[in-house]
Order: sequence, then C-alpha cells, then structure tokens
Amino acid sequence: MSRTRLVFSGSGGQGVVTAAILLAEAAVLRENLFAVQTQSYGAAARGGATRADVIISESKINYPMVNQPNILVCLTQEAYNKYAPIIRPGGLLLVDTHYVKIERKVEARQRELPMFDTVMEKIGRAVVFNICMLGTLIGLTGLVKPESILAVLQERLPNELIEINRQAFQSGWELAQASTRSPQSR
Amino acid sequence: MPSNEPELVRFIQGNEACVEGALYAGLEFFAGYPITPSSEIMEHLARRLPRRGGKFIQMEDEIASMCAIIGASLTGRKVLTATSGPGFSLMQEALGYAVMAEIPCVIVNVQRGGPSTGLPTQISQGDVNQARWGTHGDHAIIALTASNHQDVFAMTVEAFNMAESYRTPVVLLFDEVVGHMRERMVLPQPGRIALVERLRTSVPEGVDYHPYLPREDGRLPMSDFGGVHRYNVTGLYHDMWGFPSDNPKVVHGLIRHLVDKIENNVDAIARYKSYYLDDARTVLVSYGATARSALHVVESQRRKGQKFGLLELQTLWPFPYDIVGEACGRAKQVLVVEMNLGHICAEVKKALNNPRNVFLINRIDGVFISPTDIRQALRLIDGRGV
Repeated sequence: MSRTRLVFSGSGGQGVVTAAILLAEAAVLRENLFAVQTQSYGAAARGGATRADVIISESKINYPMVNQPNILVCLTQEAYNKYAPIIRPGGLLLVDTHYVKIERKVEARQRELPMFDTVMEKIGRAVVFNICMLGTLIGLTGLVKPESILAVLQERLPNELIEINRQAFQSGWELAQASTRSPQSR
Repeated sequence: MPSNEPELVRFIQGNEACVEGALYAGLEFFAGYPITPSSEIMEHLARRLPRRGGKFIQMEDEIASMCAIIGASLTGRKVLTATSGPGFSLMQEALGYAVMAEIPCVIVNVQRGGPSTGLPTQISQGDVNQARWGTHGDHAIIALTASNHQDVFAMTVEAFNMAESYRTPVVLLFDEVVGHMRERMVLPQPGRIALVERLRTSVPEGVDYHPYLPREDGRLPMSDFGGVHRYNVTGLYHDMWGFPSDNPKVVHGLIRHLVDKIENNVDAIARYKSYYLDDARTVLVSYGATARSALHVVESQRRKGQKFGLLELQTLWPFPYDIVGEACGRAKQVLVVEMNLGHICAEVKKALNNPRNVFLINRIDGVFISPTDIRQALRLIDGRGV
C-alpha cells in the first residue's frame, strides 16, 4: 500500500466525518503513516450528501483532496447516486444494504453489506453505525490494524461509550470476514 | 508546558496547529469573535488558555476584539485574535492604531472567499493585499503564511517573536484548506524554538520613562501600562513622550521609523522554502495551501525529467523582492499559483527584469486549485491548448 484515497459519504449526523478522522488518526498516531483528512463544509453538510476524504500514504502528501477514490463508502442512496461515478476503476465500493440500492455497476469491487441492520440487531443504537462501517472497512482492506482503531477510540471516548463502540467495530469486522469467506457474486 | 500533553505527534486541524503555536509562544490573552473558517482557533483557546492562567474573552465584535488585544498587549501580555475576511475588515482601524503606537500583537486571518461575507466555507487567498494595505496611510506590516501544519505551528511562533522584536502587529494569513484540513504535526519540546520576550525598560519607578525614545540599537523598551510609569499612547503622530505632535521633523522621523524598522529588515523577516530551484527552467511561486498543489506538479514534472522548481513564500509582507529575483531570475518562465486575481503575481513581476515571463495560474471560484488545474494552465501558457 503506497497510497490509498478514500471517500466516506452519507448524510449529516451519520458520523462519516468522525469515521474518517478516526481512521486517519489511527494511521498517523498508531502506525506512523502519513494521512490527511478533509471534509465538505456548508450547506451540503446539513442534510444533503456529505463527504469526508482521507488519504493514507507511506510518503508525504501534498495535494490533500481526493478526486478519484480507491475506496468509496456510501451510507445513503443520495450519497451513492452522487459519488458512485467518481470511484477509481478497480477500487472498492462499500455500501449499506439498509440505505442503498445499487442501481448500476461500476468498474470496482462492490460490497453490499447489512452494516446498519447488524448494528441495530446486535447493539440497538444507530449512533455506532459509523464505527461498524469502519470495522467492516478494516476487515475488507486491512488498511490499518484493528487494534489501532480501538486504541484511538479508547483515547477519545468517555469510558461508558467504549464498550458499545468496541462491539460495533467487532461486528462490522466480522461482517467483512463472513463476506470474504463467501464472496458476493458482483 | 503543562503535562497534559500525552503525545508529541498530533493529528489535528491547521487551526489547532495555530493554537499550539500560539500557546508554545507564550500566548496570555485572546479576544475574538467567532467566524468561519477560523472558529476552531477560538474554540480550542476557550478551553485551553484559561487552564494555563491566560485570559480568553469573546467580544461583541471584531472591532472590540482588536481593541482588547491592543490594550492587553500594552499591559505586557502576549496577545492574539483570530478572524476571517469580514472580521479582518472591521479590525483595520485598530490595526493601524497598533502600527502607529507600535503595539506587539498577532492577528490570524483564515481567509475565505470575499468581498463581504462572500464564501464562508471555501478557500480564497484574496486578503493578501488587505493585509498589506487594509489600514490607511503609509505604513509597513509583517504578514506570514504556511502550507502545512508543521509550518503553521512554526510561523505562529515566528509571528509572536517578530511582533515583539519589531514592536508591530503581525498578520498570519492562513486559508480555509489549511485551517480545516487535518494532518500530522509534531509538537516541539519546550525550548526547541527560541522565544522573543517583551523588551521592558530598565528605567526605575519615579524616573521619567520615554515610551518612544529608541535605544542605541533602535528598539523601544516598553513599560507595562498601568504599572509604575505614566505615559501617553495615541494614534496621532507623537513625540518621544507619546504626546501628539505635528512638528514636521517629528512626523517625518516617525513615519520613516515605522516603515524602516520593517523594510530595512526584509532579509531577517523573510521565510521561504525552495524546492529544486538550482537548475529550474520553470519556476512556480506559491504560498499557503496552493503551494501543496504546486509542489505536487513540480515533483511529477521532475519525475518526467522536466526542470521545474518551486519557491514557497512564507513571508508575504514585507515582500522579499531580492529573494524572489534571485530564485526566478534565470528561469525561462515564472508561474505564480494563487487563489486570487494576482496579488503576489504583481509583486513577483516587480521583482523581475522581464515581467512578461511571469504568468498567473489561479482559481477564484472557491474550489481548491488542483494539480490538474495547474497542468492545464501550463499547457495553455506553452501554447499547446487544453
């Protein structure tokens, strides 16, 4: 992995920005990689499709924006419709089955996984949906070690929230493992 | 430094890097009014400055903010305010007062699109000339900028040092992309970067203190206002006691002093970075976030064997004409990459014998200029079409 460009997209309040920050922070503070994180501000961040970009690299990053992501995560239909066309050919598209119905094929590995439903079933709180997504993403890509994300969560969260975040991450990671064992035929 | 800093490596926004720099430099007083895209500076200082014994005040507006830091500085404190274009406009009158009365202070302007309330959440570098000439009358000013968080930190410390060294307001001109972006920053250990502290007078209590009587080296020692000396501070032309004067000799001497103390020290104030300039035939000049896109292009052109180089300016004012002339003088063409209608491009042209070789590459639509934008402009300049 020399350089990976990611776009996390969804709607305001789903925690895509937080997820992007956690991932980039884990890469920088725990794995000594380079990372930059940027996000959309303004009207789009309030209700419409919002996005957060991350670049993770083994070398210094100059231009900090992502034009064509290797990895695109879409947590709403609107975000999928808006951003699916920008994915880099050969990249990975991860969508949540509860919110997104894939309408066309893109030249990328597509993974449709029930992240939201899993969170609601196992934990019952939508607030950790983003952490479940992060678990799935790390399970699929190995971008950083799971321990790195968990260490960052531990550092940032108040004690009473650590356990449900850990569980959400774990269930997302397991979802990824199960899907790799029986790959979807897309 | 207090021990509540668990990590030396941080992953933070540029605005937080500025906060770290200000605290490292010994900030003691902040007054401000929140405005995008600078608000995180206030937000973090609201939490952190009082914890280390400093004072934080949210004022009613930017006019009051600027006046508050001027007053606090006079009492002997290191002071800061942070704003964006519209607030910076409101600060201009008091900024001129700080220039005239020679009051050390640091003003951060995290630029957004203008004029007026403009584009609150998007990048622009349109305040470069406002930093230079926003306040009226002949004067000199120091303005610094940076393209990455390590340099945001360093330039913020430099700003405090220069404010004390030259008894002047220093403007930190950052931009929305650098301010909001998150990246790695290493917090230097205390003592690694030298700090300039307030030069205080040795005149004892009970002896007349002349606030505007320079020492032999030209510097003016200060006395904490409200302390043991009584003296006057005014925005009018003033004599060595600080009292108003329209004596032509006094007026001429003061304006020359205000300008010369900065313009005669251009080399000492100039901060810049050179990339691949030794044999460069095409030199890009840039600063702030746009220097990141420019460096991306320069490095990719070098990999193709093209002799590209980059001069990244960190001191914008006083403009380092000699340094720019030296760096660009032998180039076939000079491309100034900035996000405005050519504020620095105009200065680069003044610095060179052949201004026709200087081209502006810009974007003024709120969208951060990309390496692709620069490459397309290059093709046009080279006559190769899009």
